[in-house]
Amino acid sequence: MTMMTVAKALNLALRQSMEDDAKVLIMGEDVGKLGGVFRITDGLQKDFGEHRVMDTPLAESGIVGTAVGLAMRGYRPVVEIQFDGFVFPGFDQIVSQVAKISFRSQGAWKVPLVIRIPFGGGIGAVEHHSESPESFFCHIAGIRVVACSNPSDAYHLLRQAITSDDPVVFFEPKRRYWEKGEVESASHQGDYFTTRLRRPGTDCTVVTYGPSVAVVLAAADAAAAEGRSLEVLDLRSLSPLDLNPVVESVRRTGHLVVVSEAPRESSITSEVAARVTEEAFYSLQAPVIRVAGYDTPYPPSRLEEEYLPNLDRVLEAVDRSMRY
Amino acid sequence: MPAEQSESAKNVRAAAARGTAGTSALPEPHEVIAGLRATVTAPGLVTILSPEGELLDHPDYPLEVTPELVQGLYRDMVLVRRFDREGNALQRQGQLGLWVPLLGQEGAQIGAGRAMRPLDMAFPSYREHGVAWCRGVDPTDILGMFRGIDHGSWNPRKARFHNYCIVIGNQVLNAVGYAMGQRFDGMVGDEQTAEATICFFGDGATSQGDVHEGMVFGAAFNAPVVYYCQNNQWAISEPVEKQSRVPLYRRAGSYGFPGIRVDGNDVLACLAVTRWALDECRTGNGPVMIEAFTYRMDAHTTSDDPNRYRNSDETEAWKLLDPIERVKAYLARNGLADAAFFDGVQAEADELAARFRQTCIDLPTPEPGRMFSHVFAEPNPQLDAQRAEMDRYLAGFADSGTVTHR
Repeated sequence: MTMMTVAKALNLALRQSMEDDAKVLIMGEDVGKLGGVFRITDGLQKDFGEHRVMDTPLAESGIVGTAVGLAMRGYRPVVEIQFDGFVFPGFDQIVSQVAKISFRSQGAWKVPLVIRIPFGGGIGAVEHHSESPESFFCHIAGIRVVACSNPSDAYHLLRQAITSDDPVVFFEPKRRYWEKGEVESASHQGDYFTTRLRRPGTDCTVVTYGPSVAVVLAAADAAAAEGRSLEVLDLRSLSPLDLNPVVESVRRTGHLVVVSEAPRESSITSEVAARVTEEAFYSLQAPVIRVAGYDTPYPPSRLEEEYLPNLDRVLEAVDRSMRY
Repeated sequence: MPAEQSESAKNVRAAAARGTAGTSALPEPHEVIAGLRATVTAPGLVTILSPEGELLDHPDYPLEVTPELVQGLYRDMVLVRRFDREGNALQRQGQLGLWVPLLGQEGAQIGAGRAMRPLDMAFPSYREHGVAWCRGVDPTDILGMFRGIDHGSWNPRKARFHNYCIVIGNQVLNAVGYAMGQRFDGMVGDEQTAEATICFFGDGATSQGDVHEGMVFGAAFNAPVVYYCQNNQWAISEPVEKQSRVPLYRRAGSYGFPGIRVDGNDVLACLAVTRWALDECRTGNGPVMIEAFTYRMDAHTTSDDPNRYRNSDETEAWKLLDPIERVKAYLARNGLADAAFFDGVQAEADELAARFRQTCIDLPTPEPGRMFSHVFAEPNPQLDAQRAEMDRYLAGFADSGTVTHR
């Protein structure tokens, strides 16, 4: 076990994946000498060369579209989208090609491609640098969507994403890049595309993912101080959802709060609420309550504290559920 | 040779050799009628076999023209046209939901397709039935997607001919990425095993960002890729002047690689130029852009009605430039093929059309479970559960297993 930041854990996962498999390539804007604007690819071009860590022209559709061709050729490209709000020029390629080539070709082609996207707010950034677009991707059949919340998952989820034969959109909580945690990096095995119990509890289930996991864990600490026991689950895999652990938890607690930074409408919080209602209706003692970003464009950063789900909003939602 | 045919052909060549078009230099009225809206400033249209069937030498693109070569290309074009016409008929008779005709573009497609080596890779748009033919894809495998059986029946890896791409221009980036991979794999060089990639798109696609980005990436990574634009003058109802102020092939220069305009109705010129371009790519001098200057003689698809937006005079003028007729004239006039040969090819074409028709009608509707296959390469319990849900629902019917949805 080693203590390291989320950023370092991602870097390590990339490095070890490249060491393990010569077909793994990194592509993106400024990923070479600079090591990416968040330094996730720091030092990799120096060690693996310009042919395996490629600075590309500044065009997201081009990055994703050429990565598709490379994947068809047998490579395993890991592409970096610089910020969440910049992925949209590549969205057409993701929807129309990345997600559909296996289906269209009846399995003749696989597209083992990872699209890394730093996401979420809380860093005081200008417009387009704080968004949570994950729900768009969850609506696309044919791609997997995952989000990490801590260094260990950052490492293991990325290793798994790179070895997966399916395309994976990989969300990284940019405001947690510099938070530290233990990582077991000697080897990677097992399935991490699953819901993970972060904290056991008995009174209310709180489901979340990505940057909000830390918020919810802090809320659980605060709730415990007041004698209320929250069970915290981290989805990790956003599509497909691993919902059984959530349903099982709700059967025990009878209460569910779902937390995400993304705008609330037609979101992962909507999906979790709908499906838990379908599968555990008689166990629910209150409606599923959602704490999410508002259905506004991401606000100027001086207002983001009010926009983002925080400890108080989570506790207030738990209160409402428990009072019901 | 009727006088007006020769005159019209001259007009085409003269226009192609002379003017810019679009809004910067309006074409003359007879050029508008001939559909020659975007034309060249350079004396560049590469022609080897004139519309009258006269063989010309081209100094830059030498081609050893043997009777067997020309006979083979003739056969290819006749067969492809024949099943293409059958596709239209099948749609009209309700056997296909849609057909995308290639009529008029046989020369552009067979020339390019026959220029490829077995190891080369092709990325088509959705009209490349002629290229598919050259890659050994059985024409009946094109039927599935237009009958609603599947989204692509042939094995694109085996044929080295990717599935049809319906989103305009997407395939250009995928092709460039594939070509980058060929280069990374060390497959560029003089050896017989060297590889290149060719991607097909139309004049309308040149407006797409993906085509622009594809050219930027191809240049940045020295990708062994040929951008093969069939300028058939029309993007559904929009003439090429909507897409560009300059002749399309001249865009290549601004990306830093050669662009060549070839007479797209001259199968020999398309073959010679594409062969040259693929060789350039294989030996590390890629990318290359080719604009095959041709004409869409039929509708965009069977759902389209070109009478709403173009004059029949235009189509009539292009009929005189037909890619098959000029080859037939060359073969016949020079005594390189006799009536038995032409009759034989026609009989073979009719047989192919009959098989095409019968296979189409016999195509089985897939089991409903097919829709869950190959969505992912790895197991997906969520999707498995949905499939089980559908199976349970369908099993509830007395005649379970057959679904009537029309």
